[in-house]
Amino acid sequence: MESQRDSEQLDQLIGNLLLIGVIVSGAVAAIGGAFYLVDYAFTPADYHVFHGEPAALKSVGGIVSAALSMNSQGIIQLGLLLLIATPVARVVLSIVAFALQRDLLYVGITLIVLAVLAFSLLSGGV
Amino acid sequence: MISNLNVLDMTLLVWLGSLGAGLLGALTGLGGGVVLVPMLTLLFGVDIRYAIGASLVSVIATSSGAAAAYVKEGFTNIRVGMLLEVATTVGALAGASLGSVLSGAVVAVILGVTLVYSAYLSTRPQHAVSQDAPPDALACSLKLNGCYPAAEGWRAYNVYCVPGGFGVMFVAGTLSGLLGIGSGAVKVLAMDTIMRIPFKVSTTTSNFMIGVTAAASAGVYLNRGYIDPGLALPVMLGVLIGSVAGTRVLARARTRTLRVLFGVVIFFLGIQMIYKGLAGGI
Repeated sequence: MESQRDSEQLDQLIGNLLLIGVIVSGAVAAIGGAFYLVDYAFTPADYHVFHGEPAALKSVGGIVSAALSMNSQGIIQLGLLLLIATPVARVVLSIVAFALQRDLLYVGITLIVLAVLAFSLLSGGV
Repeated sequence: MISNLNVLDMTLLVWLGSLGAGLLGALTGLGGGVVLVPMLTLLFGVDIRYAIGASLVSVIATSSGAAAAYVKEGFTNIRVGMLLEVATTVGALAGASLGSVLSGAVVAVILGVTLVYSAYLSTRPQHAVSQDAPPDALACSLKLNGCYPAAEGWRAYNVYCVPGGFGVMFVAGTLSGLLGIGSGAVKVLAMDTIMRIPFKVSTTTSNFMIGVTAAASAGVYLNRGYIDPGLALPVMLGVLIGSVAGTRVLARARTRTLRVLFGVVIFFLGIQMIYKGLAGGI
């Protein structure tokens, strides 16, 4: 039972990371949203027909450069990307934590989870 | 169906609807994500692919927000969560890939069936799980048994039937990736009924896993252009604020009646999704 509680500090760290990730990504997306409404408030909303997002809003590189050029949709998308990255960062932190506990079994298990996430985000699946 | 809105009205209405979904989802413990896709498609006429993308983003936000608090309290079993995340993330990847092959109508029918099943689960009473059996050898070698804070101090518990739980988790991940929901109900079912993990631990660990599972399918949807910033933003902020508010009042509200009512709403939304999917309205 003692060994289970070694991880108490780790729990605190993971909890803080999740909270900061949600607050920062929500704030970035909300700022982008304010600019977006200034730009498009009175144009018709059309989500009936699926067009798919333009290339600049659907890849990690495209989103970062759209946001840097102050494109309002790019800034929202950057916020959403930070939100998606929050659980990924949590997984990375868990690898470090399991390594510090010399728990190689769980370092391996967590690396598998990270590999699946990286594959999904960078390649877009199968 | 509400149509011909401008961006400002659409944003405000979608935000309000998502706020309500998040509030009810947190109050009833059924999750707001489950009603978002029906709301966006049936009420606002949004294409189901945009609806799933927006819903998935909101699922990550609420899961991470809630998990932040639960992890600190020490209920979450991080080893169980991480092991089962192998199953849910691979499932999510499979589900998201399947989602881009299947037609919107087929996805709508599967979502409808899942909603009806969730409504049924919401009426099931929560029962205490039996911990009488001797510790499971596989669970021991995977170091899954843990302890959680109870009134009299730390209480130890055992974990059973790991392969069964792992298998159901793969299904939960596939549903999450295909439908853009957290599928917390299926995750809790796997941990609670099959692996016999105490209810408080299974619900918080499920929540802990939902964010990572949703991130795995969100990557696929982002790359396929399903995540629209103008739609995903009000959905995400609405559900997040609603669920935080819902969690705050949870401690003092009587939720039994609300749970049954929300269950009925989910049931009818499920029937309507099935009907629309079959009749070609999606």
